[in-house]
Amino acid sequence: MEITHQEFKHCELIKVKGRVDSSTAPQLAQTLETANENGKHKLVIDMSELEYMSSAGFRALLAAQRNSKKYNRGEVVLASVPERIREALELAGFTELFKTFDDPLHAVGYF
Amino acid sequence: MQTVQFPAKFELLDEIREFVGRIARENGFSEKDVYNIQLATDEAASNIIEHAYEGVIDGVLDLSCGMKEKALVIILVDHGSPFDPAEVPLPDLQADLADRKIGGLGIFLMRKLMDEVHYHSNADKSNVLTMIKRKG
Repeated sequence: MEITHQEFKHCELIKVKGRVDSSTAPQLAQTLETANENGKHKLVIDMSELEYMSSAGFRALLAAQRNSKKYNRGEVVLASVPERIREALELAGFTELFKTFDDPLHAVGYF
Repeated sequence: MQTVQFPAKFELLDEIREFVGRIARENGFSEKDVYNIQLATDEAASNIIEHAYEGVIDGVLDLSCGMKEKALVIILVDHGSPFDPAEVPLPDLQADLADRKIGGLGIFLMRKLMDEVHYHSNADKSNVLTMIKRKG
């Protein structure tokens, strides 16, 4: 797993590449927590190069969504979610908890 | 059936997924099924590492995988604390953000993604989790 950041005026774009499982999810959770601690509560997760995500990754996203929504207009949104991952998120009932966008730029434009 | 013994560590999940993924692919499962078989196996192994071997540093996990008639059979054997996935309550998927429970999700996915999930805790202190995915 590899994480890169890009700052925009109204939000932060966090790109997660590779595979997120119980081994790598803590690093994702930490990244999202750090963003929240630094006052970034509007987050776009770019999943375009994400190959795999288990429930450990879903839990990290859920924790970040809870944290972000405590703040005014804070929110975590997902962009370019690969089909297999979207299916698993749907099965887990997560698609109702996250807005999803076809590409990162539309997601950035949402904020 | 092919069997490989893995150290019960999260760092081995990549190899665990590759092992079942390769056998599923060799037996003609679709890419969607391969992904879901890998996800279910990952969730099963993660639960064993996290719960059955909680506080244990040298646990091992015997993973077997192969075709039986027209179904892929995956068997995970551990020697940790008994942990029956069936006893974990299902998460409430209708709950809103604040009430959404963090636990139980992996087990829920395992049960949804596979056709059958069975668990048996033996007197010799081995726990056997069997998952079956039928083709097509």
